[in-house]
Amino acid sequence: MEHYNMNLTLKVWKQKNNKAKGAFETYKVSGISSEMSFLEMFDVLNEQLVAENKEPIAFDHDCREGICGMCSMYINGRAHGPWHQTTTCQLHMREYKDGDTIVVEPWRANSFPVIKDLVVDRSAFDRIVAAGGYISVNTGNAQDANCLPVDKQRADESFAAATCIGCGACVAACPNTSAMLFVSAKVSHLALLPQGEPERKSRAVNMIHQMDTEDFGSCTNIGACEAECPKGISLENIARLNREYLGAMFSGSKEA
Amino acid sequence: MALNSKIPSGQLDSKWKTYKSTCKLVNPANKRSLEIIVVGTGLAGASAAATLGEMGYKVKAFCFQDSPRRAHSIAAQGGINAAKNYQNDGDSTYRLFYDTIKGGDYRAREGNVHRLAEVSANIIDQCVAQGVPFAREYGGLLSNRSFGGTQVQRTFYAAGQTGQQLLIGAYQGLERQVSLGNVEMHSRHEMLEIVMVDGKARGIIARNLVTGELERHFGHAVLLCTGGYGNVFYLSTNAMGSNVTAAWKAHKQGAFFGNPCYTQIHPTCIPVSGDHQSKLTLMSESLRNDGRIWVPKAKGDNRKATDIPEEERDYYLERRYPAFGNLVPRDVASRAAKERCDAGFGVGSSKMAVYLDFASAIERYGKVEAHKQGLHTTDKNTIMALGRDVVKEKYGNLFDMYAKITGENPYEIPMRIYPAVHYTMGGLWVDYELMTTVPNLYALGEANFSDHGANRLGASALMQGLADGYFVIPYTLGNNLANDISTKAIPTDHPAFVAAEKDVNDRINRLMNIKGTESVESFHKRLGKIMWDKCGMARNAKGLTEAIEEIKALRKEFWSNVRVPGDIKEFNPELDKAGRVADFLELGELMCIDALNRNESCGGHFREESQTEEGEAQRDDEHFMFVSAWEYKADSQFELHKEALDYEVVHPSARSYK
Ligand SMILES: Cc1cc2nc3c(=O)[nH]c(=O)nc-3n(C[C@H](O)[C@H](O)[C@H](O)COP(=O)(O)OP(=O)(O)OC[C@H]3O[C@@H](n4cnc5c(N)ncnc54)[C@H](O)[C@@H]3O)c2cc1C
Ligand code: SF4
Ligand code: FES
Repeated sequence: MEHYNMNLTLKVWKQKNNKAKGAFETYKVSGISSEMSFLEMFDVLNEQLVAENKEPIAFDHDCREGICGMCSMYINGRAHGPWHQTTTCQLHMREYKDGDTIVVEPWRANSFPVIKDLVVDRSAFDRIVAAGGYISVNTGNAQDANCLPVDKQRADESFAAATCIGCGACVAACPNTSAMLFVSAKVSHLALLPQGEPERKSRAVNMIHQMDTEDFGSCTNIGACEAECPKGISLENIARLNREYLGAMFSGSKEA
Repeated sequence: MALNSKIPSGQLDSKWKTYKSTCKLVNPANKRSLEIIVVGTGLAGASAAATLGEMGYKVKAFCFQDSPRRAHSIAAQGGINAAKNYQNDGDSTYRLFYDTIKGGDYRAREGNVHRLAEVSANIIDQCVAQGVPFAREYGGLLSNRSFGGTQVQRTFYAAGQTGQQLLIGAYQGLERQVSLGNVEMHSRHEMLEIVMVDGKARGIIARNLVTGELERHFGHAVLLCTGGYGNVFYLSTNAMGSNVTAAWKAHKQGAFFGNPCYTQIHPTCIPVSGDHQSKLTLMSESLRNDGRIWVPKAKGDNRKATDIPEEERDYYLERRYPAFGNLVPRDVASRAAKERCDAGFGVGSSKMAVYLDFASAIERYGKVEAHKQGLHTTDKNTIMALGRDVVKEKYGNLFDMYAKITGENPYEIPMRIYPAVHYTMGGLWVDYELMTTVPNLYALGEANFSDHGANRLGASALMQGLADGYFVIPYTLGNNLANDISTKAIPTDHPAFVAAEKDVNDRINRLMNIKGTESVESFHKRLGKIMWDKCGMARNAKGLTEAIEEIKALRKEFWSNVRVPGDIKEFNPELDKAGRVADFLELGELMCIDALNRNESCGGHFREESQTEEGEAQRDDEHFMFVSAWEYKADSQFELHKEALDYEVVHPSARSYK
């Protein structure tokens, strides 16, 4: 792989806090290596800002391996940027060339208020999980793990849904800011397993109810969520969630 | 102060059983008035907080990320060990205990490790009941794989995302307790001080990272589940935020630090590509099952890997360790890679890398696959294509990650890898009950020093974190708090809280007012370089002595020239990082002091002065069969306390992998 260096123009959303009004600011960075990750390019910019006695840009990140779900940048109009099934932290600078301009914004959704610059509050996701995204089993309640065989195909599908990293890109990508892909991934993960069976109905109903309370938009089957999801969570999960929800409503289950 | 490890008497396999059936209990009504603070919600903290909440305690949990689901545990790839013997290959509690003790180079406590092995099976049961989607066989039963340092298949896994799935299980349990009102969750909060009342830990000072406000929280007991401190090296496989701050504050309040120098350097990580590098990415140990490690036989050979013929390659692990080959333990594999690169045989542009090559595995799997499909072909391309599919199913996500980072296709050309800091076996010293030397202050998970001795075997950190949180602390905490049921909640206007908050406040103000010229990041990088060069994979007295002085000087410079932009009362990641780096600058010195003191090689700690003629690590049981527990006295002053390790069952012997 040939390495090269580049100079870039960055237009980044700056917003002091939740109450302040934000605006784009323009920055120049030079000598960016094609081997850097996108966030390392931001590190360079922030070091430059500190050296100039200016305030660095706040952004969320932790693992930088595409698994914690913390990073969350909306890059040139796309959640997590241009690479297919890739988080912001795994995007690398060889995507760009000398002279490019890159526009970076936070996730935009009423349910994800901006905390500062590119950092948003995604605690609504935790509250949705708290509403029912679990199996009620206390420590010590369990029987031997192999007493409960699980069909391999269902186990694999459950795992695929469980790989959701809770990043919120699906919400940011959706014109309606719907959280259906996230909620459906959680519901599918548990609904596909025999362990999840007893609370299946109440789970779907309670989680959907919490989602609505949090002011996420409704799903109109646009599919932008699936296209931008870094973990390839499938729209089939939304179809399953709809079935779970309707099934629960028909059988009269309202709450746990 | 004499160290009391409180290991129960009796036969090894009856210690924990006896403890459980004789420890004191707290009745349900009293539990409701006992408040517990859990700092950290990774595997150790989330499992502890959820379980204590279920039991009826009033729990407050804290983490610095925006959600408990993002703790560094999420990144664990390979798997979790348990002595289930589902594969009928001769596994047992004793064997898991023995492998872990031996893997740790005989520097862990027998009693603790046996307990860990005993509860390992319960962990798998618990996780499956919660809905953790472990890998399964076609019959619907759980699948296992093997990991380094063992001869059985006891590792449970969920593709290359085991940590993620286990953490989500624990997180769900935690959120359930949140919804029931048993746990109060404080995300984006950082603990910055332990509050001591009458010699006991009774609360914490935490900073709300969104508003910058300091908060006081009371607890009858405080549990630190704050992870490891590998980021003292700047570059490591840890998440960017992983830090030592909580443990270090506890240390300065009187909690002894156990074996700070024991660091695990993992052999297979993606190498550094330049000065911009912010972290290193692990390529799971499971890859060594199928990958062969080599360098060119000739120094400075600049040909492409695929152009170097078989006979001009040096498969140095297979050459040096014919019995274990590519599957030697981590410490051995790491040192061997360093030896080749230092000697001038490294590859890639930096020359600090070796190859991990899957070509022969791809061909082998391809042939099997062709046979299965009844294809009588000898066409190499067809076979390789079939083989690539098999490898993809096994390691696809790791290969993708490698390709994204390096821009190279590991199916076609060998991966380049190099060792990187990965895990810290050292941590807060705890007794059998997981209590530190500060009464009512506990440490769980990677934050404590307890079960891995001088070298951790793969797939055993997840096991330990969950053992501590789900199955150990619920008993040991009750045994202590049974004496505390009449202690009323201490109001947070108590002078101890006021004073602790003032200390934190003063320190933050000091940091902000230095207004120097050098960034926090720059100091962190400089510290990392000292640590890596002089307290890394190989250590010697001269280098360590120098490092101690260099760190002291760097710390002085930091406190006079660091620049922290922004304000205190706002979301300010630079300030958060400044506090963490300040603590690393103190810890680094203690690590070097400990490494200097331990003039033997054991596990991940390799002292160049203590090696065999063939360059292998040489332990010195006569002089160093103890845990080093350091007491903080004053800046740069630490007193060593030794906890002797008595091996009653296992007989320590030399580890040989030849
Ligand atoms: C890349 C990678 C792969 C790994 N793979 C494996 C594997 O396959 N098998 C295995 O067994 N082990 C593996 N390990 C090791 C294992 O993942 C960790 O040792 C383990 O997960 C640590 O868990 P923990 O709960 O102790 O800490 P962590 O998961 O690190 O959690 C720490 C918690 O403490 C909080 N915290 C820290 N400081 C503060 C503070 N001051 N105030 C408030 N909160 C704080 C954090 O927010 C977080 O919630 C791997 C490690 C890495 C780096
Ligand atoms: S569904 Fe995809 S985009 Fe949405 S939170 Fe999960 S991983 Fe992120
Ligand atoms: S920083 Fe963890 S997913 Fe990007």
